[in-house]
Amino acid sequence: MVVMSKEKFDYFIRGGKGKYEVVIGLEVHAQVLSKSKLFSGSSTKFGAGPNNQVSLIDSAFPGMLPVINEECIKQAVRTGLGLNAKINNYSVFDRKNYFYADLPQGYQISQYKNPIVGEGKVLLDMPYGSKEIGIERLHLEQDAGKSIHDMDPSNTYVDLNRSGIALMEIVSKPDLRSPDEVNAYIKKLRSIMRYLGTCDGNMQEGSLRADVNVSVRKEGDKKFGTRCEIKNVNSIKFMQMAIEYEAARQVELIENGKEIDQETRLFDTKKNETRSMRSKEDAHDYRYFPDPDLLPLKLEQKLIDDLKKSLPELPDKKKERFIKEYGLNAYEANVLVSEKEISDYYEEVAKLSDKKLAATWMMGDLFAMLNDKGLDISKSPISAKHFAELVQSIKSGEISGRIAKEVFEIMVESGDNPNKIIDSKGMKQQSDPKELEKMINEILSKNKDKVDQYKAGKEKLFGFFVGQVMKLSGGKANPQLTNEILKKLLKG
Amino acid sequence: MADITNQSLNEIIEKVKTKKVSSTDLTKAYIKNIESAKKLNTFITTTFDQALDKAKEFDNKPNFDQLLPGIPLAVKDLFCTENIKTTAGSNILNNFVPSYESTVTKNLWSNGSFLLGKLNCDEFAMGSSNETSHYGNVINPVGDQLVPGGSSGGSSSALAADLTPATIGTDTGGSIRQPASFTGTVGLKPTYGLCSRWGIVAFASSLDQAGPMTKTIKDCAIMLESMSGFDEKDSTSINKKKEQYSKNLKDNIKGLKIGIPKEYRVDNMPKEIDELWEKGKKILKNLGAQLIDISLPHTKYALPTYYIVAPAEASSNLARYDGVRYGYRSKQGKDLIEMYEKTRSEGFGDEVKRRILIGTYVLSSGYYDAYYLKAQKVRQLIKKDFDDSFTKIDAILTPSTPSSAFKIGEKMNDPVSMYLNDIFTVPVNLAGIPALSLPAGVDKQGYPLGLQLIGKALDEQKILNIGYAIEKNCGFKNEIKKWWS
Repeated sequence: MVVMSKEKFDYFIRGGKGKYEVVIGLEVHAQVLSKSKLFSGSSTKFGAGPNNQVSLIDSAFPGMLPVINEECIKQAVRTGLGLNAKINNYSVFDRKNYFYADLPQGYQISQYKNPIVGEGKVLLDMPYGSKEIGIERLHLEQDAGKSIHDMDPSNTYVDLNRSGIALMEIVSKPDLRSPDEVNAYIKKLRSIMRYLGTCDGNMQEGSLRADVNVSVRKEGDKKFGTRCEIKNVNSIKFMQMAIEYEAARQVELIENGKEIDQETRLFDTKKNETRSMRSKEDAHDYRYFPDPDLLPLKLEQKLIDDLKKSLPELPDKKKERFIKEYGLNAYEANVLVSEKEISDYYEEVAKLSDKKLAATWMMGDLFAMLNDKGLDISKSPISAKHFAELVQSIKSGEISGRIAKEVFEIMVESGDNPNKIIDSKGMKQQSDPKELEKMINEILSKNKDKVDQYKAGKEKLFGFFVGQVMKLSGGKANPQLTNEILKKLLKG
Repeated sequence: MADITNQSLNEIIEKVKTKKVSSTDLTKAYIKNIESAKKLNTFITTTFDQALDKAKEFDNKPNFDQLLPGIPLAVKDLFCTENIKTTAGSNILNNFVPSYESTVTKNLWSNGSFLLGKLNCDEFAMGSSNETSHYGNVINPVGDQLVPGGSSGGSSSALAADLTPATIGTDTGGSIRQPASFTGTVGLKPTYGLCSRWGIVAFASSLDQAGPMTKTIKDCAIMLESMSGFDEKDSTSINKKKEQYSKNLKDNIKGLKIGIPKEYRVDNMPKEIDELWEKGKKILKNLGAQLIDISLPHTKYALPTYYIVAPAEASSNLARYDGVRYGYRSKQGKDLIEMYEKTRSEGFGDEVKRRILIGTYVLSSGYYDAYYLKAQKVRQLIKKDFDDSFTKIDAILTPSTPSSAFKIGEKMNDPVSMYLNDIFTVPVNLAGIPALSLPAGVDKQGYPLGLQLIGKALDEQKILNIGYAIEKNCGFKNEIKKWWS
């Protein structure tokens, strides 16, 4: 782990007997983007009616057999490559056996001893520097169905639409140390997978969930504490809340001289607390064994090489390029590569306008507006082309920054191009020095008393004169020129 | 008209092709036989009306170029048949009607045949006597106190009693070959992957394989050709060109090297079995084959290995019968767990429960390495024994079973002695290679005895040819008196 300290890392739980470090590892379940399920031809589309996307295989009818969906394999390999991970040419699908109403086969097909992807790493940009998080493995597995307990007082309903959908379980090493790092890690994973097109990262629809492993240890201790696993948390905010609660709970136990039980816990989002689900003694014996219905998966090196060649530019690389090519600072580059759609939008704008000014305006007014309206950049009411025209108008001095904000508002409402708006509303900046001089002379002659006071040393009045010019020009006076001319005339 | 039903499938096909018999008359003849043979308890479900419709359809528009033109066939009730109840011999599937057709039966139907009914079998194919079926035990037409073998006991019995011109079974540890041996019929377990497993109720996925059961070797070749073939829906299916086993059948086996494994001479084996084996060797020698003594040193571990691997897979394969989506569901049970417990307690019979328990045990944490993993390693050694031998020989000759058909009830309370009946058939399943059993003699009570021919993977044609040669020269005739009708 490399921490190049700018600001100091400082996330510790302070107990009466000292400072505790929080150690976190994540098992992220990411739904593979694919048209059909991992072992059947059923659709994976979200939002269908209950049990409308269920094949005989997904519902485990007698004599049904799984057949691997090649696209899911490719997606897992792509993701592995995106995580700088080792791709295993040989992997095995195992059966994880347990009974549950929404698990039709009575086992989940997963990968246990031989996962498709081995060790890799993810780089995080933290305020205190860049931090590497180790990836332990990535394996493919089937999702289960959904049990619905609240539709009927005495019966449970089962929806198998999710049953058999391909998930990638991405297991991190216990390298994370704070809720902020967890936030950065999930966002980075999500960003990489969205760049790759291997997972849509949609947490509301359950496409990205995580089991969170938390333990604490006294600062400086080498040995890890006993960990608890918090199951199936489906938002970053809940992950952070669960970690904070769980770490504090564990510290309290230690401070009171009590033992921490290794157990599985649930996070109650309403009460903001974790609760014991089952202890180690009650842990399932999953009786893993290789699924005899599926042969071991052997990947040809050529397939892996071809997939590697066809990978898109990923955020880390793109960030480097943005800094070099567009002269952005690290912070700007980081923000603009965080989502592929954002980076695409930026590049389109930067090609047509001032690169630096484009970045400033995107990260300012455009993001604020999108955030306000709850829109993704792909749904932006302002096209990249129009936005570039606006940036160019500012850069060329055709309009001032203040006017630009007005133009921007109109663009959002009308979707019109900025030049049309500027022309039709006469918003073009007054940059003719003669016109400006005429206007300023008029103001100065109307305010002789103020001019005298200014000359006597009350320099604050300069702002008053600028204000008057702006008022008279309807805000269109070129501020820079106005300043220059005002200074010149006031001296005279 | 002479009774057509006691003829071979090949002869019947000829008669249909030459219009000596119509599909309808043929079907009616079998229906008559089946109705007078209820004592044997071979059928769980009959589909007479549907069969007669299909026969009529064929007669109206016959296609004589098919492999099985207008031939009615009964099949083991382990094959899922569209809109026809499929029970696997179990109470837990007593009301299960699939909406789909297994690949193997679909292949048979697309070659011109149609379904006559579903044949009794041991529950989930677990058994060697057909006594574990929820639908009652089947009687061997050879004698009214005898088991027909298992698990494809309904199939062997129906075939020997002329209730179907040929049939199919499944063989996980001998379930085709042992009942064939007990009833004086031919049964072949193909190379693992030659016949699709799609739509067959699974017992032990890495061992299960469907195969033909017939009266003659020629019939066996016709059936194998009709039912086999690559299926993309089964990931373990072998993608290879289809073979014409019946057309290429020949009885010239001169120069072939036949291995005689010393490990198959077991303690307390009846003298008659040994004599049968000697008879087989003599026939082969007289036909110009060369006999070679071989050793398959890990044979003695095959049975224990099998009884770890098969139950392990079964314990997982049978988890889906939970009463949630189809099949039997207990009306008792306050919550999900209790519903599972009652459904499975009431739905499964004793032998199935025993194997689920064994399988669950050998996969459990702490026991996995000692049992399942070790069994997998031994399985590799058993396979290697065969691989090594087949570099020197063309096929292996052994007895099919260590005894002739035993009495109903004789072994039901002694599972281990029941399991020992599979001692010669099980190694082949573990190795994934083909083997056939053909009748070659009788014991002193007149009960049929079978010889087993084992080939290397995908060498079905060769063992069929050798079987064809033995069949022509061993002078066996199945003398079954229709005492039941």
